[in-house]
Amino acid sequence: MTREKIFDKLNRVFQDVFDNETLELEDNTTADDIEEWDSLTHIDLVVAVEREFGIKFSMGEVRKMQNVGEMADIIQKRI
Amino acid sequence: MIKELTYPFDADEIIVKKRAIKRKLLEDKDNMVSKKVAILGGYTTNNVKNILELFLMANGILPEFYESEYARYYEDAVFGSEELDSFAPDVVYICTCNRNVPFYPDITDNAEEIDRLLDDTYSRYLDMWESIRERYNCPVIQNNFEMPYYRLLGNSDASDLHGRVNFLTRLNMKFYEYARSGNGLYICDINYISADYGLSEWSDPFYWYMYKYGLNASAIPYLAMNVANIIKSIYGKNKKGLVLDLDNTLWGGVIGDDGQDGIEIGQESSDAQAYSEFQDYISEQKKIGVLLNVNSKNDLENALLGLQHPDSKLSPDDFICIKSNWEPKDRNFKEIADELGLLPESLVFVDDNPAERQIVTDSLPGVSAPEMGEIHERIRVLDRSGFFEVTSLSDDDLKRNDMYKTNVIRRKQSEAFSDYHEYLLSLGMKAVICPFEELYYPRIAQLTNKSNQFNLTTKRYTVEEIASAAADNETITLYGRLEDRYGDNGIVSVVIGNVSGEVCDITLWLMSCRVLKRDMEYAMFDALVDECREVGVKTIIGNYYPTSKNSMVAEHYKTLGFSLCSEDEQGHTVWSFDIPFEYSRKNTVIDIGK
Repeated sequence: MTREKIFDKLNRVFQDVFDNETLELEDNTTADDIEEWDSLTHIDLVVAVEREFGIKFSMGEVRKMQNVGEMADIIQKRI
Repeated sequence: MIKELTYPFDADEIIVKKRAIKRKLLEDKDNMVSKKVAILGGYTTNNVKNILELFLMANGILPEFYESEYARYYEDAVFGSEELDSFAPDVVYICTCNRNVPFYPDITDNAEEIDRLLDDTYSRYLDMWESIRERYNCPVIQNNFEMPYYRLLGNSDASDLHGRVNFLTRLNMKFYEYARSGNGLYICDINYISADYGLSEWSDPFYWYMYKYGLNASAIPYLAMNVANIIKSIYGKNKKGLVLDLDNTLWGGVIGDDGQDGIEIGQESSDAQAYSEFQDYISEQKKIGVLLNVNSKNDLENALLGLQHPDSKLSPDDFICIKSNWEPKDRNFKEIADELGLLPESLVFVDDNPAERQIVTDSLPGVSAPEMGEIHERIRVLDRSGFFEVTSLSDDDLKRNDMYKTNVIRRKQSEAFSDYHEYLLSLGMKAVICPFEELYYPRIAQLTNKSNQFNLTTKRYTVEEIASAAADNETITLYGRLEDRYGDNGIVSVVIGNVSGEVCDITLWLMSCRVLKRDMEYAMFDALVDECREVGVKTIIGNYYPTSKNSMVAEHYKTLGFSLCSEDEQGHTVWSFDIPFEYSRKNTVIDIGK
């Protein structure tokens, strides 16, 4: 899957989780950029991304996901 | 019922879309009752709270939450806190898991030491339940323990006293014993729910290490649904009956085409066996008070033929309303609800055909119509949905089908009389109207929570509050039970009034819709007047608080001869009645016994 495609899908997942259709992700989008992205919502995001891509992250991977770009990198490695 | 939350659901979808689902549910928030739910958690419960909120709203309950600080469940329960005290919970949910069990038996412990450890562990919980009851006098929901994630002793872990499986099982049994004693403790059976989900997945330690979750994040909707089911059941929001299709629902095949010999029911084939077991399940439901009805596209004659199949577990007598005709199913559904005197949303539609389910839920949006799947899946779908979650089982529940059935007979009978008064006399009604008695507290509380239509104030009470009202000298309490020549209706009406000097203020007046237009409200009023006179009350005040469901009693006090004192913008009316020196009884058709 191309990085672009992964990004598209991620964008939709974030829109669902935050219930915000106007959300546009960037490579360096972090929790600081989205007001409601706290540690608890992060868990929902992990569930949502796992569901979308049909994968399960390891503890190390989840810890590493500090921004959207890193998330996309990990996904690309896994699928 | 909103589709995303109807079992079988996609649990991850609920987690991902919870904000959107909540937004949708909030559109109906004016029709919900508010309840304050305190979650005392042994782990991170934030998401349990968020998902529980959705399931409660889907059941007509708008929750307000208190959540204890991380793993402070014991401290909050036993010592309370200022915040929790001022929150004044309606229900407390102790959300713990086996990781909250601090000590397990050591392999060198002897039986006595293990017993002592068991008692110590148990008494921590007992302390919590009792101090919550003392402080908040409200129902407590307690998770039991799921089985451990590993078994040091292998299969012997179950039977050996040192095994964690054995220890947790014994602990669970102690919980159940307390729950059975009627102290307002309700067990949330996560031992079953986790087994059903798959214990390895449920207890995946990833979620504990990463987030301090006591269960898999994806399993939370199953937990939340169960907790919501217990709460809605406590507050009388269970469904009341099933409306069942026949062809390919209660038997395989189409009776009109295949004939009585041709349908699948009995032991002859695997399909027939599956349909038989499904019928068995439905007939078990009837035993716990679920009202059964038929809504089928068939000639009536054929429908009855199918139900008279020699191997059929259900017979025509098991149903209250059988609508078998060629009318649209939503119309039949509505008529069944009307004949039972119930709201359509209190009935569940069971039909194998998605198009029929759609027609019914489109035209009657509150109705639940679960996706039934294949015949071998259907018991699970109905069972897990928890439409009829049992938190108390009264004698009236067990007799409910008979009571509703005789009601239908009465209605037909009434058509034969030209004079309604004469019809009422012909029923040979007898009522007992008395102050609350302990035996009936659960049923009285249940009525206060499920009566919506004939209910002047729609005030809800817990069993504990009913007990307090009964014990209070300044409170007049009356329950009324009604029987007639067709059977006993059980307790059907409840009145509570607060006495202050020469004034009695009616805070609750409700009546079950199954005895509408029987003059039972007159009999209740006569009894209230008697009670009032006995304590020197001269004036009775009544309030009517309108809801979306109780318009039928807007004029109740007017009919009784009260005069209107005030009316506010919300339509809340206040009425008063001065007891005349010569009060003439309003009820002339019911014999009153004591």
